[in-house]
Amino acid sequence: MASLKKKPEDMAYILVTDVGSTTTKARFFSNESGEWRFVVAGEAPTTVEAPYEDVTMGVQNAVREVEELTGHKILAPDGSGMVVPCEGRVGVDLYCTTSSAGGGLQMMVGGFIQKITAESANRAALGAGAIVMDVFAEDDGRAPYQKIRRIRSLRPDMILVAGGTDGGDKEHVIQLIELIKAADPKPRLGVSYHLPLVYAGNKDVRPSAKDILSENFALEIVDNIRPVLEEENTEPARRAVHELFMEHVMSHAPGYPKLMDWTDIDIMPTPAGEGMAIQLIADRFKKNTIGVGLGGATTNIYSIVDGRFVRSVSANLGMSYSICNVMKESGIENIMRWLPFERDVEDIGRRLSNKMIRPTTIPQTLEELVIEHSVAREALRLGMLHHKSIATRLKGARLGAGILRGSIWDQELAETYIDMMNIDVFAGTGGLLSHAPDRIQSMTILTDAWQPEGVTWLFQDSVFMMPHLGVLSTVYSDAAWNIFDKDCLVRLGTVIAPRGTGSKGTKVMDIEMEMPDGSTLSESLNLGEIKRIKLPEGQMVNAMIHPGRSFDVGLEKGHELEAEIMGGIGGVILDGRGRPMELPVEEGERRGMLRSWFKALELYPEDMIEKLY
Amino acid sequence: MVDVVEDERVSDEAFAYTPGLKVKRFMSVHKTRRLPLLGDILVNKGDKVSYDTIVARTEVPGDPELVKATAILGVDANEVRDFVTKKEGDPVKRGEVMGRYRMFFGLINREVTSPINGEIETVSELTGQIIIRPDPVPVEVNAYLPGKIVEVIPKEGVVIETNSAFMQGILGLGGETHGELKVVVESSQDELTADKISEGDRGHILIGGSLITYEAFQKAVEVGVAGLVAGGMNYTDVTRILGEAIGVAITGEEEIGTTLIITEGFGKMNMSSRTFNLLKSFEGSIAAINGATQIRAGVMRPEIIIPHVEIAEETTTEELTAGMQAGTPVRLIRQPYFGSIGTVVSLPVELQKLESGSKVRVMVVKLDDGKEVIVPRANVEIIEE
Repeated sequence: MASLKKKPEDMAYILVTDVGSTTTKARFFSNESGEWRFVVAGEAPTTVEAPYEDVTMGVQNAVREVEELTGHKILAPDGSGMVVPCEGRVGVDLYCTTSSAGGGLQMMVGGFIQKITAESANRAALGAGAIVMDVFAEDDGRAPYQKIRRIRSLRPDMILVAGGTDGGDKEHVIQLIELIKAADPKPRLGVSYHLPLVYAGNKDVRPSAKDILSENFALEIVDNIRPVLEEENTEPARRAVHELFMEHVMSHAPGYPKLMDWTDIDIMPTPAGEGMAIQLIADRFKKNTIGVGLGGATTNIYSIVDGRFVRSVSANLGMSYSICNVMKESGIENIMRWLPFERDVEDIGRRLSNKMIRPTTIPQTLEELVIEHSVAREALRLGMLHHKSIATRLKGARLGAGILRGSIWDQELAETYIDMMNIDVFAGTGGLLSHAPDRIQSMTILTDAWQPEGVTWLFQDSVFMMPHLGVLSTVYSDAAWNIFDKDCLVRLGTVIAPRGTGSKGTKVMDIEMEMPDGSTLSESLNLGEIKRIKLPEGQMVNAMIHPGRSFDVGLEKGHELEAEIMGGIGGVILDGRGRPMELPVEEGERRGMLRSWFKALELYPEDMIEKLY
Repeated sequence: MVDVVEDERVSDEAFAYTPGLKVKRFMSVHKTRRLPLLGDILVNKGDKVSYDTIVARTEVPGDPELVKATAILGVDANEVRDFVTKKEGDPVKRGEVMGRYRMFFGLINREVTSPINGEIETVSELTGQIIIRPDPVPVEVNAYLPGKIVEVIPKEGVVIETNSAFMQGILGLGGETHGELKVVVESSQDELTADKISEGDRGHILIGGSLITYEAFQKAVEVGVAGLVAGGMNYTDVTRILGEAIGVAITGEEEIGTTLIITEGFGKMNMSSRTFNLLKSFEGSIAAINGATQIRAGVMRPEIIIPHVEIAEETTTEELTAGMQAGTPVRLIRQPYFGSIGTVVSLPVELQKLESGSKVRVMVVKLDDGKEVIVPRANVEIIEE
């Protein structure tokens, strides 16, 4: 890796790419009279697979598109990468990239106790941008031979091992290390190098770990991930994973040694870049934030709650390659419950299976679009369930002041700390959300899937560039935020949704909003109703929300709340459908209700969707 | 279906599209046959091989067994070597005593025995575990195709070359096999039903038209048919065959009694006439087929390879696909024209609004029935000549 060729404040042009599993996306940024802005995008198929087997070809093709669109020369004529730094209309001052080609970073993690150290190791690997193939632990219910067989069959890129608090159990941790050595796993990208392994367990076991593992693994020893039960210290492990990713994994992927030479800073796994972008939103707005990258193959969810960052990746929930897995995991009936028209199981199953085998196709008809949007709700719902299983309180830890609430293994401690009432911001990215023909559609999909409570602001990206801005933020945070704010973050609007249920017709809330023209808009909602109020992007207004007696908007049931409402392309959704929201079981009633909601939100062109009923 | 194309400008050529499935009468196929671990190559460059010729062999180490010796003997881990009689590298038999703890003239007598035949790999003084590695398992790789060895990759595998007809399907189930091709339908529109399969079809690869029915699959397994090929299968039938819904399209390992290949997609889909006619022209020949499919990263599609001695004027290898332009034959791969065949008329430059409301790059395609339609560029695939 080279270093920066210019100080950030002296830069004029920046190029960032993301080498995705199917497409390489180049984004070109410029400093226009002191303000950093997004200029243009260039895209080309990724060339990691045969017959090309060199990612730099796809990178050059994507950059060539930028050159054609701007007239700005970026590629070195001799094929040696980008011209850095720039002089006049030739070259850029910084080139960096993220990558998820070839399946991204695939890891296995292990710990002594499944719900304690193994879970912390899992969070650290996910936070580093990995896809975790399996989590093994002493108490995971599998016999040693089963674990060995599994480790050998998976061929990960890297292993992370934790186990034991400092000064705690040694023997079981060493047993785990001996088991890994006995399994003798081989790296995915070839048999000619040692598999990287990060040890982040009990510090007293380090000498033994070195004796047992250093001959057959590229071993890196870092601080304990759980030095004491009450503390989780994932940062050293996460950093080591990044370094080993560059040093051992990337350097064996086709074309990457060359790409590593071209970049001015380390290549970062795409999800790590995306996570940094979501973190940027949380930092700038100082709000609890949940972000999602809903991709073709995977769904990444990031939460920043009270300063704690957690990422989950659902490796087989996605909108193209993995669309049938969403159908399989949710059940086809759960996808069909979002359809406002009647279709049979064979019809929907056939359409989605055909999308899976031809994953790059897009909906041409409205009917196909509505079906894909139904799948997206379920992919997001399942992804959030998965995320909540990872975003949990530290298990095994004593609660404040040393007082135990029941047993230290109390199941109450296992619950997630994600409470939709405490989440202030949702942000979405990924093909389906970005390409939704009308932004109100992505706003509704996120709302239906995650059921925000209280007052929630919704954002999405305009053109896919969150990973780009995430990696850029590591060296030039101000430029990254300026571009993010001005050119990337689309304000969808605000959802106001009281928590609570009741019988049909129960009063959910009254609301008064001070509109930009000085008038006051008053609305009233009963259970089952939904309304959309137009409030353009860039407008912020105050509202007084009076929830019904059995409803809560953040200050206990029946307590009124004054809140700041953000305008957006979708405007403001007043959601009186109750929380948890339940769809009617009876088919006709359910379809009727969906139709009334779609109409109220102007979700799809009315004249066209009616033809499908 | 779309707004009127107002902008008159068109692209000469487009590269962003789904690569087509190969359907070739003559192709020089190069097939790499690789061992899972380094091993021995049993053939030489220039050797002729047949379907079942073993070309490479290795031994995969068995899954080790971990025995908690000190827990069984009741001693501390650091004392393990005082009580274990075997050392690293010693062979052991199943049931053989590896260590013993005796006290009070044999009144207390604890023994640790080996659960398997194998070799002692580790005796750990840190954990008191004994790790026993079982005898290795031999693994052989066959040629799969008849042909000539054109490259030997030392210790890893070989490349076999053969002249053949080569066709790709869209999705398969089940792995490698070979058999005599037999067309059991009149046309590419006909379904492959159970009544078209008889006892005499054992070991054959049967070609149908538009659909493989569930009953036909059952009959094929009963009779011992090597493989079935047709345009489509119903989604619910595939679920019944696998015993669960298909999740991610990574296939080839299924043990379902026969190999299935669909060439067009899910549902009743007429096999493209080009594929059907090519298969028909090779009826009676031996074909090698493999249902293995992997759509993400690598785009592995199921294949039908029919080695033959016909020589084309120019036998092509697997070349990089050229772009799409006016006159290129294409298949439409999404509703509302799914399965239709046509040729590209033009490639408008400007984004067009679809019925779905999306604005995307499109193309004008003239269908075989003469009708001109506008479709997203992403929703076509080239029919490769």
